Amino acid sequence: MSSTQKKREMQVAALENGTAIDHIPPRQLFKVAHLLELEKLDTNTITIGNNFPSRKMGRKGVIKIADKFFEENEINRIALIAPNVVLNEIRDYEVTRKQPVSLPGELIGIVKCNNPKCITNNEPMPTRFTVINKESGAIKCHYCERKINKEEIIVK
Amino acid sequence: MKIKSLVSIHQYSKDDILCILENAARFEASPNRNLMEGRVAATLFFEPSTRTRLSFETAVNRLGGRVIGFQDASTTSSSKGETLKDTILMVSNYADLIIMRHHLEGAARYASEVAGIPVINAGDGANQHPSQTLLDLYSIQKTQGRLDNLTITLVGDLRYGRTVHSLIAGMSHFKPSFHFVAPDEMRMPDEQKSFCDNLGIPYTEHTDFTEDIINRSDILYMTRVQRERFTDPEEYERVKNVYILRRSMIGQSKSNLRILHPLPRVNEIASDVDDSPKAYFIQQARNGLFARQAIICDVLGINHLI
Ligand SMILES: [Zn+2]
Repeated sequence: MSSTQKKREMQVAALENGTAIDHIPPRQLFKVAHLLELEKLDTNTITIGNNFPSRKMGRKGVIKIADKFFEENEINRIALIAPNVVLNEIRDYEVTRKQPVSLPGELIGIVKCNNPKCITNNEPMPTRFTVINKESGAIKCHYCERKINKEEIIVK
Repeated sequence: MKIKSLVSIHQYSKDDILCILENAARFEASPNRNLMEGRVAATLFFEPSTRTRLSFETAVNRLGGRVIGFQDASTTSSSKGETLKDTILMVSNYADLIIMRHHLEGAARYASEVAGIPVINAGDGANQHPSQTLLDLYSIQKTQGRLDNLTITLVGDLRYGRTVHSLIAGMSHFKPSFHFVAPDEMRMPDEQKSFCDNLGIPYTEHTDFTEDIINRSDILYMTRVQRERFTDPEEYERVKNVYILRRSMIGQSKSNLRILHPLPRVNEIASDVDDSPKAYFIQQARNGLFARQAIICDVLGINHLI
């Protein structure tokens, strides 16, 4: 077996049923894992790989979770930090669905408000943001009305 | 039935605003009405503001309601670490209406989501203070006989001043033109300017406060330039006297010009202006009573006033 073949096999470690998340920016990989609450999955086999060569993006991260299919709202949380991620649903070793993530209209409990005087930073309560511009990724706090640009977004 | 609260001026349409102002005029004509008989309003002032609290409490009293509440959070359980939510839920057991002021931004919106009774925002930090905006609009309408097509000059701290931001939002329904007069470090933020741009509302920005601008204005809205907003104390010393209105500056102004100020003022309106018939800031504060009576009735669903 050539070394390239070996590499490829490691990358695509066979998944019978489950979800493969591809094209994750390497720096966001662990954040993505956290946003998907993978640490709460006790029985699923999870493979996390990072810095794989990628033609599209130089390097990329990949996460594979056996026997787990995500709801749209679960997966769209990661659009904030990894907008070009593709989600592959795999059933019986075949990709049955390819789904790009998209930013939802509202983000609940995901982002921390940048305003220290915001009620959400001083009261045990979930944050709530409205996406005011899907293209630029700008969001607005539902409570203090502070506008936050994409580069300034702090994911909890 | 959905509970109605007043959290932000942005939630009011043009018709909502006009309806509030119409009712405010009815209360001015006849302020004492037993519309709240048997009802209890809680004034929760987590941050003290004597002026606003007295205005609201007078409004409740003149409507025949009763008032409970506090005016200093240090004497309540919130100083012992109780959450806002618990305080609001506790008060919701007793009262029919909450009127609250809080130093944290978004506190009133959150309270309105958990309360189960109407909440009126009497100021949440630097965010919103909608009853101030409605009393400003009432004052403008009353002194000008209309709200449409007016030239409004906003002077002072336009960057942090929430009253001017809300006034722009409130006036945006009525085809206004604005002059923004402020030092560079207190210029109108981009957010408000693009709000105007999107609605086609014309504005011009100035750093000099000149008679020429005053002479073109129908409303001159003065605000306080606060020392604590400046990082450079020398800069404060340089600009603090530039944005002071003096009697000599309004000699050639339009006869319908009126001078407004959200109060308290420090030195931004010289005392020689007070006797001018164009000075309106004291009556403006009095109008707050009628606007607040109208707001209280609105959130409590008391309609059909005559
Ligand atoms: Zn906020």
